[in-house]
Amino acid sequence: MTDSTSSRFPRLSLLALAVIVSGGCATIPADSGNDARDPIESFNRQVFEFNDVVDRAILKPVAQAYQYVLPEPVRDCISNIFSNFREPSNAVNNLLQGKPVDAVSDTCRFVVNTTVGLAGCFDPARAMGLEKHSEDFGQTLGRWGIGAGPYLVVPVLGPSTLRDAIGVYGAEPYLDPNFYIDNIRVRNAIIGTRVIDQRAQLLQTDDLISGAALDKYRFIRDGYLQRRRNQVYDGAPPPSDTDSPATTGGPPAAAPNVKKELVPPQSGAPVAK
Amino acid sequence: MRFTRGLFGLFFSLSTSALIATSSHAQAPAAAPDAMVRDLSNEVLNAIKADKALKSGDANRAQQLVDEKVLPYTDFQKMTQLSVGPGWRNATPEQRTALTREFRTLLVRTYSGALAQVSDHKVELRPFRAQPTDTDVIVRTQVVASRGDPIQLDYRLEKGASGWKIYDINILGVWLVENYKSQFSSQVNSVGVDGLIKTLSERNAQLAGKKA
Repeated sequence: MTDSTSSRFPRLSLLALAVIVSGGCATIPADSGNDARDPIESFNRQVFEFNDVVDRAILKPVAQAYQYVLPEPVRDCISNIFSNFREPSNAVNNLLQGKPVDAVSDTCRFVVNTTVGLAGCFDPARAMGLEKHSEDFGQTLGRWGIGAGPYLVVPVLGPSTLRDAIGVYGAEPYLDPNFYIDNIRVRNAIIGTRVIDQRAQLLQTDDLISGAALDKYRFIRDGYLQRRRNQVYDGAPPPSDTDSPATTGGPPAAAPNVKKELVPPQSGAPVAK
Repeated sequence: MRFTRGLFGLFFSLSTSALIATSSHAQAPAAAPDAMVRDLSNEVLNAIKADKALKSGDANRAQQLVDEKVLPYTDFQKMTQLSVGPGWRNATPEQRTALTREFRTLLVRTYSGALAQVSDHKVELRPFRAQPTDTDVIVRTQVVASRGDPIQLDYRLEKGASGWKIYDINILGVWLVENYKSQFSSQVNSVGVDGLIKTLSERNAQLAGKKA
């Protein structure tokens, strides 16, 4: 243990060096920052490169080992348990978004799956017709009319926006039972496992993204922004601006689009279940 | 992090939908767009389940399926035109053909690899709201399986002289066309339409080499 701590520093600084070097080499296209949704694109790209280095050095290899060692049913069980621990947050956020029926359903899911479903390893609630709703405080803020704000690549954690970073990384821990575990080691082990679980689920998509994306950064960014907007409106975002050349032109074309995003219709109005 | 969870489903379903969007069955499609999408989806899922080569991610087999059955029900040119954006206006007919061909190949190549994940998936239509007079509609579906969360999969169709045709797909809230716009326009602005065609065809050659 003492040996490993003494050797950890040089290794970390090596990693840091690799990161700085790679960050400095991030290719920034000429039209970087022209998109009003992503004013700090060149900075984000550096963090994106940094995350890629961390991913290749640590996260991906660990996730691959995890996937190799554990059989699929066990990994499914673990993923389901982590998903079950999100139900309290789903319920609270649904309540905050004025959807009490969904909140009740989430609570029932949590009770049923935690007991009959063995801590959430299985999902018997789904067979009972209780559908899962994935909510978080970032979506709640969006539902309250708060715009996404500038796109943000968070170190290690990945794609986000100003609003989502506050909602997901700032507020969500308060709604996560795992963060209330007093034993710090146990808590860190659980959160670490959750990160690996999530990374392992993405392993198959790595090649797809590399193949399909002409510009990986924008492919992921545009996918993230679209998907979050869709989640804020529970799968039925107001149509209008998908056809507008929001991402094709410079600031003049993109600006009106963002204004629209900042002032979404009142919650509940055009949102169909 | 929720996003990453979704991404998994996204790429699984992109693979399916790339084929769904492009595949179809021998009999004439139903007149209504939602019924057409439902029939196409089921047909494609069944084709994948029954075909070992497709299930193992054989890109050539996928391409074959697309070429044989799919084209009549998909407007790839419109899909490409919308993705390319303003650059399309100045493109020559030859460039347009090349762009459409390379983009289609890229989609089929990249997403055919994920077909191995199709197991007991079924397609369900979600509520469809459209007037009989509409000529541009969105058909909403979800793909369900015994394992994993339902995957939202929507299609945008336009009614033309030869019936309804799919020209955009939405997977888990992400429209395909929208997701390529920024990347394509950036290329067109820096290296021109020919540059974009070159990038796409180089990528396709690279992907073909990897598979072989």
